[in-house]
Amino acid sequence: MSTDVKEKPLKKVCIICAKATIEDVYATLVMANGAVMEGIEAKLFFTFFGLDAITKKQMSHLHTETVGNPGMRMPGGLAFPSVLGMLPGVEAGVSAMMMSQMEKLDIPGVEEFLEMITAGGGEVYACKLAMDMFKLKKEDLWDGCSGVLTVGDFYGMCGGDNTQIIFT
Amino acid sequence: MEQKTIAGISVEVNPEGYLVKPEQWTKEIAFEIAAELGIELTDKHFEVLTYLRKEHAAGTQLSIRKVGKSGIVDIKGLYALFPAGPLKFSAKIAGIPKPVSCV
Repeated sequence: MSTDVKEKPLKKVCIICAKATIEDVYATLVMANGAVMEGIEAKLFFTFFGLDAITKKQMSHLHTETVGNPGMRMPGGLAFPSVLGMLPGVEAGVSAMMMSQMEKLDIPGVEEFLEMITAGGGEVYACKLAMDMFKLKKEDLWDGCSGVLTVGDFYGMCGGDNTQIIFT
Repeated sequence: MEQKTIAGISVEVNPEGYLVKPEQWTKEIAFEIAAELGIELTDKHFEVLTYLRKEHAAGTQLSIRKVGKSGIVDIKGLYALFPAGPLKFSAKIAGIPKPVSCV
């Protein structure tokens, strides 16, 4: 029996980022940039700790998780003990190493990456509830941010055929 | 690989229509591929195409970020020239392989 399923190309992705670690934020940025480069509309919604990625004060200082992260390894592949990750400076050191590795692969910093995405027509939004929780104002946000939305506003943008919501 | 006649010239293309041999490329081919993509080429387009071909010949792994820093066009400008496919369409029109970069 043949199944005749026709795939329809993706038209829009709505990506939610709720965490501030380098890996969570970059998952969002890479997917969003990849979308606009393919001609797919992209709306980004930063909420909870993910707001760090679009907060002027924090966006250049994101860290990777060194405690309780089973994917972490020492250079050479040995396991990375969580106790080590607790030592002062270790998280910052590991994070700096991650960022320099990415730079070598031509992956930009957070602000430049956001600029690339918005240059391609992507839109960046902050979550109102999280902004209130963290006592943040619009002025605290990266200048390229298109606005502050309630979850209802965000869903309002996620309509249309062939649209996907992605939670990184 | 299939043969395809573009602008009266028989060239080798991959299944996605990218030229397999960049040396087979001509300006006329560029115009025809661009037209298929709904793009009308201007001098500015050709500046980008020339840059891409030069970088590809030099073995550079192309990314949209590199083009943005080329001094020829910024990223916003690149999207304006090649809508909905700044890197893949420009590469296709430039007669070079589709860049494999995720950025």
